[in-house]
Amino acid sequence: MSLLRKIANWFDDRTGFSETILPVMRHPVPPGAKWAYVFGSATLFCFVLQVVTGVGLSLLYQPSSDSAFQSLQFITSQAAFGKVLRGIHFFGASGMIILVGIHMIRVYITASYKYPREMSWISGVFLLFLTIAMGFTGQLLRWDSNGVWSSVVAAQNLGRVPLIGTALARLLLGGDTIGAQSLSRFFSFHVFLFPALIFLFVGFHLYLVIRNGISEPPKAGRLVDPKTYRKWYDDMLKREGVPFWPNAAWRDALFSSLVILAIVGFAILIGPPPLTQPPDPSIINTSPEPDWYMLPIFALFALLPPATESYLIFFGPIVGVLALLVLPFISNRGERSPIRRPWAVFGVVCVVVAVGSLLYIGNRAPWSPQFETKPLAQSVRFRDPKLERGASLFYKKGCQYCHRIDGHGGITGPELSRIGRTWNPDQLKVQIVNGSDEMPAYGGMLTKAELNDLVTFLSSRK
Amino acid sequence: MNQEKTKTEPENDSRREFMMNMSLGLGGLAAIAVSIPVAGALLAPLLEDKPEVWRAVGSAENFPIGSTQLVKFENADPKAWAGTTAHTAAWLRRESTDKFIAFSANCTHLGCPVRWEAEAKLFMCPCHGGVYYHDGSVAAGPPPIALRQYAVRVADGQVQIGTAPIPITNFSDGQKT
Ligand code: FES
Repeated sequence: MSLLRKIANWFDDRTGFSETILPVMRHPVPPGAKWAYVFGSATLFCFVLQVVTGVGLSLLYQPSSDSAFQSLQFITSQAAFGKVLRGIHFFGASGMIILVGIHMIRVYITASYKYPREMSWISGVFLLFLTIAMGFTGQLLRWDSNGVWSSVVAAQNLGRVPLIGTALARLLLGGDTIGAQSLSRFFSFHVFLFPALIFLFVGFHLYLVIRNGISEPPKAGRLVDPKTYRKWYDDMLKREGVPFWPNAAWRDALFSSLVILAIVGFAILIGPPPLTQPPDPSIINTSPEPDWYMLPIFALFALLPPATESYLIFFGPIVGVLALLVLPFISNRGERSPIRRPWAVFGVVCVVVAVGSLLYIGNRAPWSPQFETKPLAQSVRFRDPKLERGASLFYKKGCQYCHRIDGHGGITGPELSRIGRTWNPDQLKVQIVNGSDEMPAYGGMLTKAELNDLVTFLSSRK
Repeated sequence: MNQEKTKTEPENDSRREFMMNMSLGLGGLAAIAVSIPVAGALLAPLLEDKPEVWRAVGSAENFPIGSTQLVKFENADPKAWAGTTAHTAAWLRRESTDKFIAFSANCTHLGCPVRWEAEAKLFMCPCHGGVYYHDGSVAAGPPPIALRQYAVRVADGQVQIGTAPIPITNFSDGQKT
């Protein structure tokens, strides 16, 4: 017996590795659990990736309101591989959020949350929200003006919680205003608290997989009956189960490796999100924009009618979380096959379409005025001085931030390139003077001559 | 054999129960003792009270009557490691010789920084198209209430602004009752 062997045997004898860990690795799993089952493990690998790259970043990052920004500049432009490291951490976060979403959809479509796996679903819901919380706090740690203002926006959202809103907002910011304590808090949450909770819940989640077994691929007509399910499952495993390692695990390993390689690829090709201006709350020429994974939520809040906003900001998340948590209790038996649960599939499609459209709209942000638009009078020649005056007023009075003419201007309000065709001068006048819910009343801010110039200009748009 | 015996002895049972309860109680006590300072660190922002302090933002002559300018000042209690994050901005307007108004730069909708558009005489928010008239009242868009204001005073020819918390819009603000 070689020396190595001896050492290995000694180690195994003293630790019991092959007695305890190997059977877990080799536990039988249902056959046919193929590619659909790789997303959970890929999420886990992304999490490990985040931990590893997070440790790397923490070697370079200064978690202080004062110097975090400089350290980020250093990481991005000077530290060896710093830029790629930031990039991996960013795309790793994106990957984790996408994979959590796909994993959850897979579990829902195949109704794997039914008896006896209710707790798997519930711990998964907690992991989903922890992942989102990590995404958000991570964005704040990119402590540029976007980070600063995003934390103000988040504080304002919390401020809408009845009674304790202001207290919650103060707790988030670490004080009355943004300041020294703000970043320490986000850092503590992002680096200690949330990851610790994720470790905890991931451990529990995996333990449940071992205890209850992974759900077998559903078959139409094969119903889950809590009275007989466990026995049926055990018998099925005895008859046809295959060892998890290596028969099923290679797919997980292969897919996760591809995911991680793709993330590294994106990090190298695209790189991390650029830093914006320094974290100075007195720099106000900035429009805070969340990272893409927060955009759907941001867009939803932007689209809500203001009157209902407070209610939805507060009750929306509560209702959403409760609905997810009670799901395995209101339907924990019966059919699992998606073919026999068309409404479940339809619901998923609706949610995916909704989130996708919110993402699309959020990216376009039609509600944001465009302050960068260049005066129309600069690029278009007007022969009539009256028209020219109207056009420059159109810019100066802020109309152009929200209304578009011939490709110039914002899209918050209706496009006015051809407004003269459908609206007569009197209608235009009334609208400009009185405004509406979406538009200021300009009555008090324009002289008679200015109003006339503006109306003449707009009526000429035919 | 021995084990069986101890299990059946009632005297030992009650002793064990007592010791167990005691260990649970002491453990709970230890947990509470440790939690208090940690919770204290977490809740500290609610416990500390920051008084309003006056910050000079420039001498009165710098502000022509009718002008609206961005002024920057430090918040009430800047820590050494706050760096630029201790800064706050406000829109200061000189209404008349001795009347100044300072508007918060935070939109009352979700807190984005509003800009003063001098030509249009409007405050505009880059986030969701919130617009305010020159007096801070809502002109258009989602903001539920008017722009908040800071206290301003003139002392020794210096315009001073009273520091204040970031205004947080609450659930009931702007709800029509
Ligand atoms: S934050 Fe100003 S309009 Fe939404």
